[in-house]
Amino acid sequence: MSAASTTNGRPGKHKVLNGKRPRLSVWKFSSCDGCQLSLLDCEDELLELTGAVDIAYFLEATSATAPGPYDLTLVEGSISTPHDAERIHAIRRSSKTLVSIGACATSGGIQALRNVAELGDLITAVYAHPEYISTLRTSTAIADHVAVDFELQGCPINKAQLLEVVGALLAGRRPNVQSHSVCVECKRAGIPCVMVANGTPCLGPVTAAGCGALCPLYARGCFGCFGPKEQPNTEALAAHWRALGADEPQLLRAFRGITGNAPAFRREATLHE
Amino acid sequence: MSSTTPRTKTIRTDYLARVEGEGGMLVKMRDGVVTDVQLRIYEPPRFFEGFLRGRDFREAPDVTARICGICPVAYQMSSCLAMESLAGVEVDGQLRALRRLLYCGEWIESHTLHVFMLHAPDFLGVASAVELAAIDPGLVETALRLKKIGNEVMRVVGGREVHPINVRVSGWYKAPTLAQLEALVPDLEWALEASREAVRIVAGLEFPELEQDYEFAALSDGDEYPIDRGSHVVTSSGGGFPISEFLDHVVEHHVEHSNALHATLDGGAYLVGPMARYALHRRLLSPAARAAADEVGLEPVVRNPFRSIVVRAVELVHACEEALRLIAAYEQPAEPALEVGPRAGTGHGASEAPRGVLYHRYRLDDAGAILDAKIVPPTSQNQRSIEDDLHAFVSAHAELPEEELRLRCEQAIRNYDPCISCATHFLTLEVERT
Repeated sequence: MSAASTTNGRPGKHKVLNGKRPRLSVWKFSSCDGCQLSLLDCEDELLELTGAVDIAYFLEATSATAPGPYDLTLVEGSISTPHDAERIHAIRRSSKTLVSIGACATSGGIQALRNVAELGDLITAVYAHPEYISTLRTSTAIADHVAVDFELQGCPINKAQLLEVVGALLAGRRPNVQSHSVCVECKRAGIPCVMVANGTPCLGPVTAAGCGALCPLYARGCFGCFGPKEQPNTEALAAHWRALGADEPQLLRAFRGITGNAPAFRREATLHE
Repeated sequence: MSSTTPRTKTIRTDYLARVEGEGGMLVKMRDGVVTDVQLRIYEPPRFFEGFLRGRDFREAPDVTARICGICPVAYQMSSCLAMESLAGVEVDGQLRALRRLLYCGEWIESHTLHVFMLHAPDFLGVASAVELAAIDPGLVETALRLKKIGNEVMRVVGGREVHPINVRVSGWYKAPTLAQLEALVPDLEWALEASREAVRIVAGLEFPELEQDYEFAALSDGDEYPIDRGSHVVTSSGGGFPISEFLDHVVEHHVEHSNALHATLDGGAYLVGPMARYALHRRLLSPAARAAADEVGLEPVVRNPFRSIVVRAVELVHACEEALRLIAAYEQPAEPALEVGPRAGTGHGASEAPRGVLYHRYRLDDAGAILDAKIVPPTSQNQRSIEDDLHAFVSAHAELPEEELRLRCEQAIRNYDPCISCATHFLTLEVERT
């Protein structure tokens, strides 16, 4: 689940592109669109990027589409319908390198909260005619369905990290995306620890860096939107939260949040049910 | 072929480009008469209202922001307002001014994205802003800088542009300093000029002909152009009601034939968003925005949906000028938030997302846990009007070559800046047709 892990990572393999511009494709599954938007939010770099690659498929940005194969594919969103569970395989087959971007694609997203609820109750809470609804029981990460070459965490992803990943993979090197915790970023930025200074519960010690320790910078505790860091000690953090006065329902909600289906957080959450 | 055989024609787009989220379109004709029109939504349902149940009321802004990466501020504001109305707390003064400023940032970012990168390519015959950059690099560079300035406002006030982290029920985690906001002024002054120029540019585009007799609906916020809040909904037919009665008037229909949830207002189609706000509140636009509209001769009520791009650009001027006004009057509040505790009851909140009214209602127990949630996004409310436009446009232009007609229909959908991701609490299914 870590940003730095590669399940099929062979950077460099597709470096030679016969002098042609590499072909980029961007796909959306169940999500809010925010991670794709992060690519368009790279205002200073967008025209340089689009000059360096051939955008073969990116429906949010262009109506011109071209079939694969694609050199680099970015996938936003989670798998939550039978149709999408098939579609992702076709995209994988067309893609030399596939990167999943964002909390939905790397953990199933906030919509994976359905995985621990009664789906029938959820559907009837929202829809008048449940019989029209076609959906899977669960919302799951892209890597649960196909081999993924790199996972970039974040809700939303950090656009500097996105540019690093795209640039690195196109250059045939391993992306330099840190696997440490928000705490490390927070200390480096010289932000006073919100847990030590104010007794504010914070998920920073177990959450992957990448946001720039934003929440502590704004005097609030991290709520884990970048998902777990590598090998997080969630149990120790839960004990510390209890010492700060957090009760079991609060701990359950904290770990069962935006990235609650990431294995480390999912496991910890069950301890507080 | 015998002359009595009906001639059927189908215009379809399976995956619409340059919209937020996944949707398609289907128009069926028989002997030159439109028989079926569907805006199809493929976006998978995400059940937000379902899993909001049991969450703490203070979590609603961070959870509902994730409904839409394009307009997260709208979700944060509407949810905060609902929780505050329930608690009997009113966020006002500089705490509220900061909300309006954050929201101006979202309008600048979202309107720029739509006007230049999603919609303008339709008028200029290109597939994307990237292709546009090859023809008119200056225009695209201006758009990217404008968009960046909107994002910068959101970053300074909200912490980041997508899913801001600084918003909380009853205020903020940390209020920005005056110096931080004043640093935005030179860029916003540039943006104000650039957006005035944008109005001139888009007013000079060629617009397909279509006049529709819409029922417009927008929030009303006293003597301010509605953005970050509103106490009532007002309509062009003279109706009006407090937002606490929203669901007495607006009904969402889950109907199979249309493949989508459709909202109706007092039983009929209606339109929310820039054209509605402009038609109902033109006099409340900032001086520069009104002047920009006057300069290009924009009629007081725009009924050609293809001209919504001009209205959106006028609102861009308004958002820039309003942001400057708010910064000029800013004083850092002593406390970043008001006190608010859990309370049982029902709360309603609504704000004007870039694409129209976004309504939230929550019911809480006495510990502050959410018992149920109801969210009505703008795209759900506009769906019937979108289909009505398609019906009217295709009926009037049936003679156009098929490819041209398809492109114009797609453009007609993009007139609404539809946010299909927002509408993910409804779902469409593929229906076999005979």
